[in-house]
Amino acid sequence: MSDTTANTASEPAAGQSGLLRQLARRIQSRWQSIVVFVPYAWLLVFFLLPFFIVAKISLAEIVIASPPFSKMIQWTDEGVMNIRLVFDNFVYILTDDLYYRTYLNSLKISIVSTIVCLLIGYPMAYGIVRSGPVAKKLLLFAVILPFWTSFLLRVYAWMGLLADRGTINNLLISLGVIDEPVRMLYTEFAVYIGIVYTYLPFMILPLYANMERLDNALNEAAADLGSRPMNTFFKVTLPLTVPGIVAGSLLVFIPATGEYVIPDLLGGGNVLMIGRLLFNEFSANTDWPVASAVAIVLLVLLVLPMTIYQYFQGKAAEEQ
Amino acid sequence: MAGDPTASDEPWLDTDAEPMVRIRGVSKNFGDVTAVNNIDLDIHKGELFCLLGGSGCGKTTLLRMLAGFETPTSGTILIDGVDMSTVPPYERPTNMMFQSYALFPHMTVEKNIAFGLKQDKLPRSEIEHKVHEILKLVELQDYKKRKPQQLSGGQRQRVALARALVKEPKLLLLDEPLGALDKKLREQTQFELANIQEQVGITFVVVTHDQEEAMTLSSRIAVMDAGKLAQIGTPTEIYEFPESRFVADFIGSANILEGTVTEDSPDHVRVDTNLGEIYIDHGQSVKQDSRVWIAIRPEKIKLSKTAPRTGRSTANQAEGKVDDIGYLGNTSIYKIRLDDGLIVDVTAPNQVRPKSRSHQITWEDTVYLTWDPSSAMLLKT
Repeated sequence: MSDTTANTASEPAAGQSGLLRQLARRIQSRWQSIVVFVPYAWLLVFFLLPFFIVAKISLAEIVIASPPFSKMIQWTDEGVMNIRLVFDNFVYILTDDLYYRTYLNSLKISIVSTIVCLLIGYPMAYGIVRSGPVAKKLLLFAVILPFWTSFLLRVYAWMGLLADRGTINNLLISLGVIDEPVRMLYTEFAVYIGIVYTYLPFMILPLYANMERLDNALNEAAADLGSRPMNTFFKVTLPLTVPGIVAGSLLVFIPATGEYVIPDLLGGGNVLMIGRLLFNEFSANTDWPVASAVAIVLLVLLVLPMTIYQYFQGKAAEEQ
Repeated sequence: MAGDPTASDEPWLDTDAEPMVRIRGVSKNFGDVTAVNNIDLDIHKGELFCLLGGSGCGKTTLLRMLAGFETPTSGTILIDGVDMSTVPPYERPTNMMFQSYALFPHMTVEKNIAFGLKQDKLPRSEIEHKVHEILKLVELQDYKKRKPQQLSGGQRQRVALARALVKEPKLLLLDEPLGALDKKLREQTQFELANIQEQVGITFVVVTHDQEEAMTLSSRIAVMDAGKLAQIGTPTEIYEFPESRFVADFIGSANILEGTVTEDSPDHVRVDTNLGEIYIDHGQSVKQDSRVWIAIRPEKIKLSKTAPRTGRSTANQAEGKVDDIGYLGNTSIYKIRLDDGLIVDVTAPNQVRPKSRSHQITWEDTVYLTWDPSSAMLLKT
């Protein structure tokens, strides 16, 4: 930037065309700042602002009006500004054990799903990295392929597969494995299936990207130094794929915690997840303040792993 | 061993001794490509053996077969008398120094070096002692807590060497050990590496494409070409007695001429070439009138502005004009154009500092070339 400033200074500002040129130059020198500003502006308008609106609503009271919450700032007749912050909603969701249990259950489901995704995704990513160039492209394509159909459609397809009279039960009955249909749809099991199925690619892709960068010579060096394949995996490959594991796990864990569609369609009324609760508060109960408080607490729960992720990223960057 | 000079200096001459490495009829195909083609090779204990060749000549594949990363398509490899066919890399008495060094980025220097010792389940105190000793050998004591990324190229190279050496393998395999270093550091490290090899007494097999590296390091060199061994010998043998045009041309530079044998007697040979008659003062078993090739090293030709005294014969001399001069500082390369258009390379040391900026011999000067009867090398292929 200092270069540009020097240029501007040395440029004789003679006449209007000189001024115009100077202006153009100045915009050019600011171009970098402008480019950087765009994503920040985006975050400000579409993330930070809505967040503050939600935060504001969470501190309001439910009223029967439109919008259905009390105003934060009111002016009395004497022209005095009156700010009302209501913390009842937070007290309510922290004391009523329905919320507490729902949060825990959401965390449990997303943590277990993340682990299952990791256990399935890690060997898959490893296999893809180790396969030949043609097979590698095909397998990666297969991982991304589900995104080409609507997410909702795929969840409905699972309903058809898991239902009491669904494909899986019919098949098992016709094979004589079972006599009565096994209840799968509208259970937690179905929710796990749905989440793992949906989010598996988000685990595989960062792991794949991570493993692809690993130099195979490291494996050879370990073997050369007397390390058996199992030991090499735990001492060399696994530690070096931690960034991929962290990235993949967060990409599964964060959206899975707030998941609404999957528990609603596959879990029915039987599986408590925070996304469904939030929806109920908003639409069925029209209790926007409580719903907002639920959302804020969820956000805090999710910011925690994000911070951990940032920490790992920072540490990895430091080591480079 | 010190009392037995053949064992320490030229172990390959002792034909009764069991070689450290015995390679018999080894080939390796990758699909349709034959990387290594039916190689027989013995490498003896205590040697610093170089596999030298251009890229794609199969030298690295051969090294990787010794390490166990590749399985020969056919043939056998014996290390210290044991057939390695079914032995996985982690059970072989070999260690390798990788071209990329392949240091574990998540481990400190110390842990990198200790990694191999831990696999042997050595007691902690012994591991610490060995790591300490090897760090002293490669002069990296102060860097043991650093991660590989925090080291310079030369330091990483030494860590890689230490990590492979510390296990005291029967055979140390080095894949382009100095390839990633800059020229000055490489020259210095060449001698260090040879010294270390002498100190530890481990058999080294070095893969390199750099002939200078091979010449300074090795006890013996195997020159490889297109998956085959072109020639095996000491650096002097390879340089002064190449067996083929490929070797003569690949190692150093050489003026290669085609000619016909005009006289073949037990103590000398005469060959008629574009460079005139060439007289070689030692016998070679060649057929009269057969086509042969002659190689003459540029530094073996004497350059003079005065005509040589012509004795009984006009062999081993030629006359030409200076076409081009390459000034390298210590030596100069002269390209001499003969009357028939043939260009002959001659190098001469710049022993006298020129008084003026111009040189004694300069462009378009008429010069006379002479060489010793022992200089010309007769090649059959």
